[in-house]
Amino acid sequence: MNSSSINWTALGVFIFFFALVTVMGFWASRWQSGGSANKGAHLDEWGLGGRNFGTWITWFLVGGDFYTAYTVIAVPALVYAVGAYGFFALPYTILVYPIVFLIMPKLWHAAHKAGHVTAADVVFGRYKSRKLELAIALTGVVATMPYIALQLIGMEVVIKALGVTGELPLLAAFVILALYTYSAGLRAPALIAFVKDLMIYIVVLVAVVLVPMKLGGYGVVFASARDAFAAKGGATGLTLKPAQFLPFASLALGSAMAAFMYPHTLTGIFAAKSADTIRKNAVFLPAYTVLLGLIALLGYMAYAAGVKVEANNDIVPALFNAMFPSWFSGFAFAAIAIGALVPAAVMSIGAANLFTRNFWKPYVNPNVSAEGEAKVAKMVSLVVKFGALVFILFLPTKFALDLQLLGGVWILQTFPALVFGLFVGWFGANALLTGWAVGIVGGSWLAYADGIKPVHTFHIGADSYTLYTGLIALALNIVVAVAVQLVFGKGGAKAPALKR
Amino acid sequence: MRLLLLLPFIGLLWVPFYNDELPALFGFPFFYWYQFAWVPLTALIIWIVYKDGLKKGVE
Repeated sequence: MNSSSINWTALGVFIFFFALVTVMGFWASRWQSGGSANKGAHLDEWGLGGRNFGTWITWFLVGGDFYTAYTVIAVPALVYAVGAYGFFALPYTILVYPIVFLIMPKLWHAAHKAGHVTAADVVFGRYKSRKLELAIALTGVVATMPYIALQLIGMEVVIKALGVTGELPLLAAFVILALYTYSAGLRAPALIAFVKDLMIYIVVLVAVVLVPMKLGGYGVVFASARDAFAAKGGATGLTLKPAQFLPFASLALGSAMAAFMYPHTLTGIFAAKSADTIRKNAVFLPAYTVLLGLIALLGYMAYAAGVKVEANNDIVPALFNAMFPSWFSGFAFAAIAIGALVPAAVMSIGAANLFTRNFWKPYVNPNVSAEGEAKVAKMVSLVVKFGALVFILFLPTKFALDLQLLGGVWILQTFPALVFGLFVGWFGANALLTGWAVGIVGGSWLAYADGIKPVHTFHIGADSYTLYTGLIALALNIVVAVAVQLVFGKGGAKAPALKR
Repeated sequence: MRLLLLLPFIGLLWVPFYNDELPALFGFPFFYWYQFAWVPLTALIIWIVYKDGLKKGVE
C-alpha cells in the first residue's frame, strides 16, 4: 500500500469511534452527578467528578490515564530500538502498586478531611507554607505541559498512519477534546476511559495472539529480534549488558516513585470515593501492566514481520497496517487516539486545578467562591491544552520529548514534601523547600550536562556507575532536607503531627 | 505483614538474578516471563496485605 494514500476503510472506522466518544464526552456532564453534596458549579464537581468514583470507575480512569497513548507508541518503539533495556517499563509499572498501596490511601484521607483538590493543597494544609505550596504547584504544572504534548504526538502518529496529512485533523480532535472537557470536567475522561480501555484490551489481545500465530510463534518472534540485535550490535539485545543493570533498575524504581506525583494520576486518586477504593485498585490495576508488557513485545514482532520504518515511533502503526485488514487497523488507531484523549483531558484538569487552587486563590483573588474556582479552572484547562497544541505545531518534537524527560526528574523532587509528612512529622517546610530546590537545580544541571539523557554516569576510580538522574537528584534532595532540618530545625516552623 | 511488599522490589531490582534467556517458557526467554510472573504475584501480595489490613480494621 502506498503510504501517502488515504486508507478509507480504516479512516471510516476511526471516525466512527471518534464520533462515539465525542458524544459520550458531552453527555458525561450529566453522568454520575446525582448523589453529590455540592451539586452544580463547584470545583469538586468539575475537577474531581464529585469525589464519588468507586472501584470500577477509578480502575478504568486511572488505567486509562496512567497507561497513555504515548506509552502504546513509545514503549514498543524503545523495545524495537534497544531490546531488553526498553523493558524497564514492566518493573516500573509493577513496583508502582506497592507504592500506591502504602502512600495513596493516607494521602486520600489527608485530602478528603480538609477538602483538598491538589497535591499543593495537601502540602499547604500540612506545612502552612505558601512558598512550598507554590513550589509543588509549579513543578506539577510545568511537568504536565510536555506530557500533554506527548499525547498529541501519539495522536499525530496514528493519524499519519491512516494516510491523512496536514495538521488540521489534529487541530480538530483537540478542539473537540477541549470543548467537552470544558463542559463535563473529569466525568468526560472517566466515561470515555471505559471505551478506550475496552478497545485497547481488544486490540492488544487480538494482536498478541494473532500476530505470533501468523509469524510462527513467540519462539520465532524472539529469535528474529535476537538476530536483528546481533546484527545491530551495541547496547542492544534480548537480555541486558552488565553495564545496563543499574540504569535499568534505577529507571524502574525512580519512575515508579514519580508516577503518582503527577497531577493527572493524583487527580484520579483524589476523585476516588474512599481509601478502600484506592487499596482495591492497587490490587487490580496491575492487570494493565500485563497489557503494557504485551504491547512492548509488539516491538519484537515487528522484526519477525519484517516491518521497516524511518522513525521508531511508527513501528506499532506500521505493524498493524502490515498484519491486519484495514478495518481492524482503523479500530486499533482509534483506540490509540482515544487513548490520547483520556490522559490529555485529565492532565489539563489536574494542571487547571493546581493553577486555580494554588495560584489564583492565594495570589489573585483570595475570596474566590467555589463557583468562581470552577470557572477559573475551566478556562485554564483550555489555555493549558492550547499551549500544548502550540508546542507540538511550532516547536521541534525533540523539544517536547526532552522537556518530558526533565519533567520526570522534576516531579520526583516533590516526593519528600508530599509523602514524608504522611508518615513522619519531623521535617519542616524550610528543609523540604531547600531540598526541593537543590533537587530541581541539581537534577536539571546533571541532565543538561549529559545532553538531556535520563541517566548519569559516575566514575569512581576505575569503576563507573550509571543511575537514573531523577533518583540521584532525589537522593540529593533528601540529604539536603535532612541536613537543613538538623541544623536549622528549630528555626523553621515544625509541622503538627499527622493526627488531626 | 507490610514487609511482604518489599518482595517485588527485591525480585525485580536485583537484575543479575533474572538477566538470562534460559530457561525459556512457551517461547519466552526467562528475562521476559520472569518479569511477567511478577505482575500477578505482586497483585497477590498486595491483596494479602489488604485483607490483613481489613481484619485489623485499617480505616
